[in-house]
Amino acid sequence: MTVRRSIAGIDSPEALAEAMRAAQYLADEGLSTAAYLALALGKPLLLEGAPGVGKTEAAKALAAVLGRDLVRLQAYEGLDAASAMYEWNFPRQMLAIRQAGDAYVNLYGDDFLIARPMLLALQRPRERLLLIDEIDRSDHEFEAFLLEFLSDFSLSIPERGTIRAAEPPVVVLTSNRTRELHEALRRRCVYHWIGYPDPQLEAQIVMMRASAVARDTAHRVVAAVGKLRAEPLAKPPGVAETVEWAEAATLLNAQGAPWPAAFARAIGVVLKDQDDLAFVAPRLDRILAGAA
Amino acid sequence: MTPRALDPFLAFPRALRAEGFLAAPAQVESFLAAVGLLGPRSIQDVRRAAHAIFGPGPDRRQEFDDLFDTIFLGRAFLAPGEATSEEAPRAFDAGDQEEFLPPEDEDPSGREASRRERLFARSFAVGDETALLSAFARALPGALPRRRSRRFGAARRGVADPRRALRELARHDGEMLQLPVRRRQARQRRVLTLIDVSGSMKGSTDAALRIAHTIVRTAERAETFTLGTRLTRVTRALRRRNRDQALALASGLVADWDGGTRLGEALSVFLSVPRFAGFARGALVIVVSDGLERGGPEALVAAMTRLRSLAWRIVWLSPLAADATWRPETGAMRAILPLIDHLDAGGDLVAMAGALVGRAALLRAGPFQ
Repeated sequence: MTVRRSIAGIDSPEALAEAMRAAQYLADEGLSTAAYLALALGKPLLLEGAPGVGKTEAAKALAAVLGRDLVRLQAYEGLDAASAMYEWNFPRQMLAIRQAGDAYVNLYGDDFLIARPMLLALQRPRERLLLIDEIDRSDHEFEAFLLEFLSDFSLSIPERGTIRAAEPPVVVLTSNRTRELHEALRRRCVYHWIGYPDPQLEAQIVMMRASAVARDTAHRVVAAVGKLRAEPLAKPPGVAETVEWAEAATLLNAQGAPWPAAFARAIGVVLKDQDDLAFVAPRLDRILAGAA
Repeated sequence: MTPRALDPFLAFPRALRAEGFLAAPAQVESFLAAVGLLGPRSIQDVRRAAHAIFGPGPDRRQEFDDLFDTIFLGRAFLAPGEATSEEAPRAFDAGDQEEFLPPEDEDPSGREASRRERLFARSFAVGDETALLSAFARALPGALPRRRSRRFGAARRGVADPRRALRELARHDGEMLQLPVRRRQARQRRVLTLIDVSGSMKGSTDAALRIAHTIVRTAERAETFTLGTRLTRVTRALRRRNRDQALALASGLVADWDGGTRLGEALSVFLSVPRFAGFARGALVIVVSDGLERGGPEALVAAMTRLRSLAWRIVWLSPLAADATWRPETGAMRAILPLIDHLDAGGDLVAMAGALVGRAALLRAGPFQ
């Protein structure tokens, strides 16, 4: 195991948190520690959490901090090797055969190889950050295949041999935890569970993301969202919804709507499920009043 | 760091393993490296490193932290289930052991049998179900659910296979005689059978084991466990071709025939062994039980929720459901009903075989559902 104490000038969890703050992402201590360890130990970072807590955003911020391009692979059921790793450019190969005539032509050169996210990350590990998003959506076979990739960071292409990364690329995996990931996969990763941020942090996030929102409004929104999350909803609001709610209410308020009413009118931004809306409706006033 | 100071760092992974957490040697190595990287300036750094490397899920976070406190801070704590832990069911896998040893010798812990358990082996009643079971075996492969494999295979119909087409071209000097096509292949889903062998199931366990034997023999990948006051893996025994031999072997392994029911606890033991829990992943899970649970339903509901997140479908066969007027009345059964995909009768061979290859519509649901 190779341990690099300092990556791109970042030598502690605090330095990483500071750099991510500059990239418009507020990371708590747990996340910055896990992310720093992942970078230092050269292991993939597995982020789990409810939808909308900022898992993908964390990966983007990490890419910005390291000054790397984000290569994103969205997982889905039925994801196959051709869209995850590489593909041969068959029309071009056919053309090459025709044009070559009797001459020798190397059909498996770089010209004919279309690199997909996983291969892209291996080719330039210092310039790219691979994000494998919503890994829980993929099927078990892809997960098993991923194991091999994540443990030795190599891919074998039958026509070309094995392609190995010069150094372990930075890989971030996210999961909504709709199903449990395989233990073998978790074992290879540095893990962090992103929960909903505490109210103080969430208010800071709101103010950072939506600059037009006043401090009071931010705290009010965060308090109201906190109460909504305590309700048994089908889809509790995430951080992104909190930010949108604050923005929407601020907009309505600027057009003359008084405060609690502005929040109530913008409720569609934060609750996007008819059953949830109907469930909360009778108590919405109380939830908002407590927040004001 | 003196060797003595290193002690808790090595004791912690051991304690984690004992509690069913994941702690592979490579993770321990990473943990030590991580602690070194972070300073460590305070015990919080060590804790964060432990969280990041061993990755306890949010549902077991508290347990993990308690364990951490015990090892690193020397803080004694009493887990909620502490008082009953001596009676808690343990996992028992006879799979890798000598087949004909008496079960007492095979038991890895040797102490798992609590006084309250009634341990006695029971011989199976021999009936003439051969015809029924072979009919079941013939119908089963067609009824078992399949999933789409990640691999492509040559097929008669499907989409063009450029890779093979190109090789074909190269082989025939640029002439293509026939366009090769490919298609995603199908594989049988794993079948996991969990059989309740408690006293209230006395009349049905024999039939359930016969069905399980047929499934193990017929399906491509199948696993069978019995649940009672403890958990026993009987897959290996049931792999024998001769049914009577297989059942005799299995009945010898199961030490908790007709004991009390601790279904919830037995299930959570099953889920806490990573290798066993892996059997449920993406599988068709068949539970043969009447769902009569001693004590509150909390443990059973928690275990079923976890099983639900692992399994593809859960079929529950209950001998009680044979009665058309029966409704799930017990708290446990009502609570887990939403987690079950299909509830059917499971009292005898005919009912079980009928439920699995006949009525359970989900078993027949399309080849790739």
